[in-house]
Amino acid sequence: MARDTGIGARVKRVEDQRFITGKGRYTADLNRPGQAHAAFVRSPHAHAKVGSIDKASAMEVPGVLAVFTGEDLAADEVGALPCGWAITSKDGSPMVAPGHPCLAQGKVRYVGDPVAVVIGETLSAARGGAEALEVEYEELPAVVDLDAAQSSDAPLVHDEAARNTAFEWELGDKAATEEAFAKARHVTRIDLVNNRLVPNAMEPRAAVGEYDSGTDGFTLYTTSQNPHVARLVMSAFLNIAPEHKLRVIAPDVGGGFGSKIYVYPEETVCVWASSKVDRPVKWTCDRAEAFLSDAHGRDHLTHAELALDEQGKILGLRIKTKANVGGYLNLFASSVPTYLYATLLSGQYDIPAIYAEVDAVYTNTTPVDAYRGAGRPEATFVVERLIEVAARETGMDPAEFRRRNFVTSFPHQTPVIMMYDAGDYAASLDKALELIDYSGFAQRKSQAAREGKLRGIGFSTYIEACGIAPSQAVGSLGAGVGLWESAEVRVNPVGTVEVLTGSHSHGQGHETTFAQLVADRLGIPMTNVAIVHGDTDKVQFGMGTYGSRSGAVGMSAISVALDRVVAKAKKVAAHLLEASEGDIEFKDGQFTVSGTDRSIDWTSVALNAYTAHGFPSADLEPGLKEGAFYDPTNFTFPAGCHICELEIDADTGHTRIVNWVAVDDFGEIINPMIVEGQVHGGIAQGVGQALLEHTVYDESGQLVSGSFMDYTMPRADDLPSFSLDFTVTRCPSNPLGIKGCGEAGAIAAPAAVINAITDAVGHEDVAMPATAEAVWQAIRKSPAREAAE
Amino acid sequence: MTSVSMTVNGKPASGEVEPRTLLVDFLREHLRLTGTHVGCDTSQCGACVVHVDGTAVKSCTTLALQCEGADVLTIEGLAQGDQLHPMQEAFREHHALQCGFCTPGMIMSAIDIINRHGGVPDETTIRHELEGNLCRCTGYHNIVKAVIAGGEAMAPGRAAAE
Amino acid sequence: MYDFNYHRPSSLDEAVTLLGQGEDVKVLAGGHTLLPTMKQRLAAPSDVVDLSRIAALKGIEATEGAVRIGAATSHADVAASGEVRNRIPALAALAARIGDPHVRNRGTLGGSIANNDPNADYPAACLALGATIVTTKREIAADDFFVDMFETALDEDEIVTRVDFPVPRRAGYAKFPNPASRYALVGVFVAEGGDGIRAAVTGAGPCVFRVPEMEAALGHDFSPAALEGIKVDAGGLNADIHASADYRAHLVGVMARRAVEAALEGR
Repeated sequence: MARDTGIGARVKRVEDQRFITGKGRYTADLNRPGQAHAAFVRSPHAHAKVGSIDKASAMEVPGVLAVFTGEDLAADEVGALPCGWAITSKDGSPMVAPGHPCLAQGKVRYVGDPVAVVIGETLSAARGGAEALEVEYEELPAVVDLDAAQSSDAPLVHDEAARNTAFEWELGDKAATEEAFAKARHVTRIDLVNNRLVPNAMEPRAAVGEYDSGTDGFTLYTTSQNPHVARLVMSAFLNIAPEHKLRVIAPDVGGGFGSKIYVYPEETVCVWASSKVDRPVKWTCDRAEAFLSDAHGRDHLTHAELALDEQGKILGLRIKTKANVGGYLNLFASSVPTYLYATLLSGQYDIPAIYAEVDAVYTNTTPVDAYRGAGRPEATFVVERLIEVAARETGMDPAEFRRRNFVTSFPHQTPVIMMYDAGDYAASLDKALELIDYSGFAQRKSQAAREGKLRGIGFSTYIEACGIAPSQAVGSLGAGVGLWESAEVRVNPVGTVEVLTGSHSHGQGHETTFAQLVADRLGIPMTNVAIVHGDTDKVQFGMGTYGSRSGAVGMSAISVALDRVVAKAKKVAAHLLEASEGDIEFKDGQFTVSGTDRSIDWTSVALNAYTAHGFPSADLEPGLKEGAFYDPTNFTFPAGCHICELEIDADTGHTRIVNWVAVDDFGEIINPMIVEGQVHGGIAQGVGQALLEHTVYDESGQLVSGSFMDYTMPRADDLPSFSLDFTVTRCPSNPLGIKGCGEAGAIAAPAAVINAITDAVGHEDVAMPATAEAVWQAIRKSPAREAAE
Repeated sequence: MTSVSMTVNGKPASGEVEPRTLLVDFLREHLRLTGTHVGCDTSQCGACVVHVDGTAVKSCTTLALQCEGADVLTIEGLAQGDQLHPMQEAFREHHALQCGFCTPGMIMSAIDIINRHGGVPDETTIRHELEGNLCRCTGYHNIVKAVIAGGEAMAPGRAAAE
Repeated sequence: MYDFNYHRPSSLDEAVTLLGQGEDVKVLAGGHTLLPTMKQRLAAPSDVVDLSRIAALKGIEATEGAVRIGAATSHADVAASGEVRNRIPALAALAARIGDPHVRNRGTLGGSIANNDPNADYPAACLALGATIVTTKREIAADDFFVDMFETALDEDEIVTRVDFPVPRRAGYAKFPNPASRYALVGVFVAEGGDGIRAAVTGAGPCVFRVPEMEAALGHDFSPAALEGIKVDAGGLNADIHASADYRAHLVGVMARRAVEAALEGR
């Protein structure tokens, strides 16, 4: 077959044809016959008791069909949205995680918390009804400030959660870490804010719920990264319908970044309400609603310390983090600041002792959950800021300091659970230093100074744990699900192939990369391969796409299923060639009897598998279709080095990134073009966090930065073109050697930016987002300037 | 209800609309041209960009009635049969899209940039000109490359007279 | 958005008549302020009068010592106009940086100044250039036109028809954009015209304002250096999540120096 579509080739994307011609099919594009529209009434208060709701006030609006409240859901025993990962506090007590009612049950806990839904003939009617609905609130004092939320006099978000604390968790060896600090020659201490982010996938969430009274079955079209998980939660926890009566379809989805993993109140209510009004019910989120109701990301306060010996070797690391979880503990929210965070605190470094304490804290704000990177950007920010500051404090070159402490032999067991399986951290650092011309930096800095600009350089040698995740491992850590992936390879009689995958593509290009793998392995053209995903009626089960798992886990499942298909096809070929199965070789789409010129091609084998004429009945079944559930043996550990070089306009504090080098080790790469795109986008989100994106609540819990007028999304002119390269150490933990690439940029970038800004201004007191004003203030505080004044 | 008539993608299109009907809703709901998207409600994201009488506008901030008699071009009207517009081709060639949601508006804006500059401006100018279009997936790197390549293909060899 | 009655007059007289009828009549120019406000249900006019088909409101005309710009002229047309670029390049440069390309294609001069958003760019140009705002009723000096935040001297039934910008000896505009909205966080327009130097600041305060100390200093020495040491009092300036009053006050100084540089370079 043509090598230009094989593994490693820069194949143009299959899915692009529909997207560039306006033929993509997103949820909001769907109109079902007879559909009605839903509009949600949301709490205007951060914290309040909900009193009486006068449905008649909305029903009077022309075109309003129905109004439903939490009482109606309760009457139907519709459950609350659960947190799916159990965390145990250090005192042995379970986390305190009251469910999130889809419509308020007596109380609202953040601005935007859904209170009621109005169903209308038209969207305008529904919205008019929602506006007219009279709801009585008794306002309660709100707790908004994370740092103050655990104080004894803070109002309680949940009566059950004393001191607003969901759990107080620890990881690592406290005594060993204290010992390491006791003998340290130098201790670096920093306090960090990891700013709250609003995911803002460009496609707002949407849902169409449809009930068929003829079959008593439901269909939900929704913007989901994992439709099977949505179905599972709606069946097992929310009591909407049993799984065999609920079909969930996630068609084209316009970006997720984590925010579309979760099951949300709105989609649940749409599918439930469709049976109540016996019409399809459609809801499309507007951006203002998205700001309030999409799960947010990050939001940590951390104190971190690093202990060093006299040679600059790291002896120990300890951190204390408060993680804001918002008004409810969302679906994966408990895992993000714990097992996806503290387990990465060893970074790329050989650190003998680590101890982490994490408090998960409720506030009257939008729930926080996984957002691109999910815990790992927070960990990387802590580690890479500590490393950079430690290098500066001890007068060492930050690149050299890193090199001195890198893990160099594998496998490497860290003190925080993870077993790094493969990597070469010095290789990516060296390549990055060369690409950015590190030795020429001093000269560039003085040149910039002559032009009135402050130039800085910052490193981030990050690591992440991807390929989420071995089911046994995550089960032992509290996960409510296994994190394997499924695949089914169906070969048609004419030799074309359909691959059903439990992964979901919402920008990642699976229809291309997965087809590359299949074409490569079966020796058939990519055009003869279709990737099917996002429909629970077609794909039996799957765990979806997040945590950079679709390559390492999803494609590995396809790989195993392909092995099984080839094994079966060899049996068919052996029968047709009248040879022994063990003598059949399969290469480039040809089955050959070893050592002979007798062969048969793929298409003929496929056809004969279905005609099945003359098959010996017992040994050889007709058909050619195999499936696999692939469970990874370990996490994967993508790692790399990002270097940011920037210039600051000292007069205004405006920062311009002038050079960005990223050298990543993602293991084997299926399609470099797509991988580069993932890195570009990740960096942009990381730069957004570091420089621009600022989620601001006022004291009463109103989201002040609730639109694109006030929340700064990275634009084209905020970013440079990036210089990318790769190093490759093959991942030994999956059949394809893949590590994953989707989150790396977002994980690496914030620390690189802040390390560069602090380098430029000459001190460490710069918080994210480093807006122009923040940097201007930092310049005014810089020691050099203070000395001069 | 008020009647509105315009030309959309070269064909006459008309309908009865409420005065408040936005152009984007007329395109999406009345004509079922769902390639034009809505990504925000403050005229920032640019997912809804179409051309009205040859200039790029945000169809979420334009009433359908304002376009009475106008010539409207949407993403669906760019290709000539199977022949993609050079900018569409460039977006595919340079992997300038991932989830695809911002893509229609991005392509319509890109064509407008090249048209207005009478050729391909430099990278800095292109980045500045893209400020009315948000993309959350690509980091813009490949979009900028595609605009340059698509612009070259639209007007070969013509650097913009800046 | 609530529904409304839509009117598309073809003459100014017709438009003025329509403004006098209906309980809450709003003028629709480019729509880039009105429509987002209506979409958020923050405005609910009974009637909307679309000015886009009134030919008399469009166009750019050069006269002796001035450039006359029709109120319904788009920012893009001002930015691209040879007359404006040749005679008041700072005004063309200002128009070229309003909002984004799509906003510039629809947004109009008249719509911008009639709204008098404290962060809009045009008010600074009008005030610094000593422009005259011509309406369906009268001529209003820019000094008298911009009254307060979102408030102008316009009567309810009065429509801006054009703005006459005197051609300055030199002028420059510098803007520090709000990174999210791209409105002016602070914009300073400096012009040297027939009646001396005028420096107008937008974005920093509730309404566009002049800085007499800067004007006096530039009157003696039209150079960035002349502005060194002149501090604008932060008291009374805007403070929000995007910038403190102190930072805005500081930026006024920086943008003023850059505006002078631009004026000296003729851009």
